[in-house]
Amino acid sequence: MSKVINRDPYEQAFYPPRPTWFTRYMRTSLLWQFVRFIAINVKMLKLMARSHD
Amino acid sequence: MARIVILGAGISGHTVARYLHRWLGRQHEIVVVSPNAKWNWIPSNIWVGVGQMTEDDVTFELAKLYSRIGVDFRQARALSIHPEGSADSASPFVTIEYTLPAKAGQTDTVAYDYLVNATGPKLNFGATEGLGPDAGNTVSVCTATHALHANEKLQEVIAALKAGAKKTLVVGTGHGTCTCQGAAFEYIYNVDHVLREAGVRDNARIVWISNEYELGDFGMGGVHIRRGGYITNGKTFAESLMVERGIEWITRAHVKKVEPGRIHYELLDGTFHEQEFDFAMLIPPFAGVGLKAFDKAGEDITAKMFAPSGFMRVDADYTARPYAEWSAADWPNTYQTPGYRNIFAVGIAFAPPHLISKPMQSANGTPINPAPPRTGMPSAAMAIAVAKSIRDMINGADKPTHTASMAKMGAACVASTGSHLLHGTAVTMTVFPVVPDYEKYPEYGRDIHLTFGEIGLAGHWMKSMLHYTFIYQAKMLPGWKLLPD
Repeated sequence: MSKVINRDPYEQAFYPPRPTWFTRYMRTSLLWQFVRFIAINVKMLKLMARSHD
Repeated sequence: MARIVILGAGISGHTVARYLHRWLGRQHEIVVVSPNAKWNWIPSNIWVGVGQMTEDDVTFELAKLYSRIGVDFRQARALSIHPEGSADSASPFVTIEYTLPAKAGQTDTVAYDYLVNATGPKLNFGATEGLGPDAGNTVSVCTATHALHANEKLQEVIAALKAGAKKTLVVGTGHGTCTCQGAAFEYIYNVDHVLREAGVRDNARIVWISNEYELGDFGMGGVHIRRGGYITNGKTFAESLMVERGIEWITRAHVKKVEPGRIHYELLDGTFHEQEFDFAMLIPPFAGVGLKAFDKAGEDITAKMFAPSGFMRVDADYTARPYAEWSAADWPNTYQTPGYRNIFAVGIAFAPPHLISKPMQSANGTPINPAPPRTGMPSAAMAIAVAKSIRDMINGADKPTHTASMAKMGAACVASTGSHLLHGTAVTMTVFPVVPDYEKYPEYGRDIHLTFGEIGLAGHWMKSMLHYTFIYQAKMLPGWKLLPD
């Protein structure tokens, strides 16, 4: 039986989502982040193109 | 030959100068007036404030650059605008006071054909008793010098933490009407990061305090983004970041007074509280720099040209209306001042018609709502539009030819949460448009395809790339014209 560690009253940190290990891994995965880097650049260029008259 | 005078050499003022120089060359005269000797890439002050960059990494000498390209640079602060000239001068002019050490205190007049007010903000630490580096209780990262000082104080805290002391660090906004929450937001994560790198995070309590109604408001009323099969408010992600790093938060807060080691604040519900601290970086509220204006007869017309906040009135709709009647169309398009076709205001210097976040006040009547952000990408976009308009007006157009409404442009914000090429991360966020347009996008006010946010190493690469790209571009080194703003 696992040890119960949370007997505190509800607090701020109880409610927001916490990233899983997989999410944290993907945030620094070089391959995936390279893909995201390209994707973010494309999105930003689109944003800039729409923002200038 | 026309003379264009640009007051201010920050992101917006220097952008106007760059583009006018590009398009007008030396056929017309460009004069830049700035009290600062150096240009500063302000977003990277965050890294100076945690000791990961030096002042030289984020600044360069303006006089050298402007001398190279033939722009007349006056290291001086602008005192007053005389848009109709005076009894002694038929031409409009500005009065300036030199801050260049060799001429410090000397005043001068500079006549102009076109004037661009890009003076940025006065850092209004005086609005909160005891706030700011001069009062000595809190630090700031609003200038490179402030950021250096912030890092000195932070290193003292880290040394004490290493010696086993327990310390409380507070980061956020120092007044109920502050803007620039993003800078504080980025700073708190970098403080957390350097404490972890120093191996002392367990001894530190880190607390966020801000005037936002909810985390992630950033003075833009928050954002909605598509994520994980839902359209979710940015608050969820901002809170998640805080929880992941063990940071506590206080929102809806107006800091009333700062004493050594103690912040007194009021909440939106009208209650009063105190927060103890050993280190606090609190952003001040912004105000106009205090420019005056006079008509030909010497009558003070400051109240006509400037809003009570000190920011310059432009082609916005400043009619006082209840929140329900605010519209994206209220926001300025050309940044031309009413009444004077040859005067423009860009960046933080223009007076916004109203808040972007919903107006709030406490049960005691204290306004506690973020002011609208006008920095970074929007600053550059409006600067380019004004430069184009001035170019075209010099060439014969009778009115401004280009627009850059914040209700029709996007903004990108990349907030690093730890600087490392392989292990660092950053929050990348874009919004389109900055000012929500509920007529065009009825549900969330924004284009949900161009409004997004994510956390990852890619954002850190992006932040580093922006740092080097924009400093290269600002130095007007070969090929700068090819780089996007």
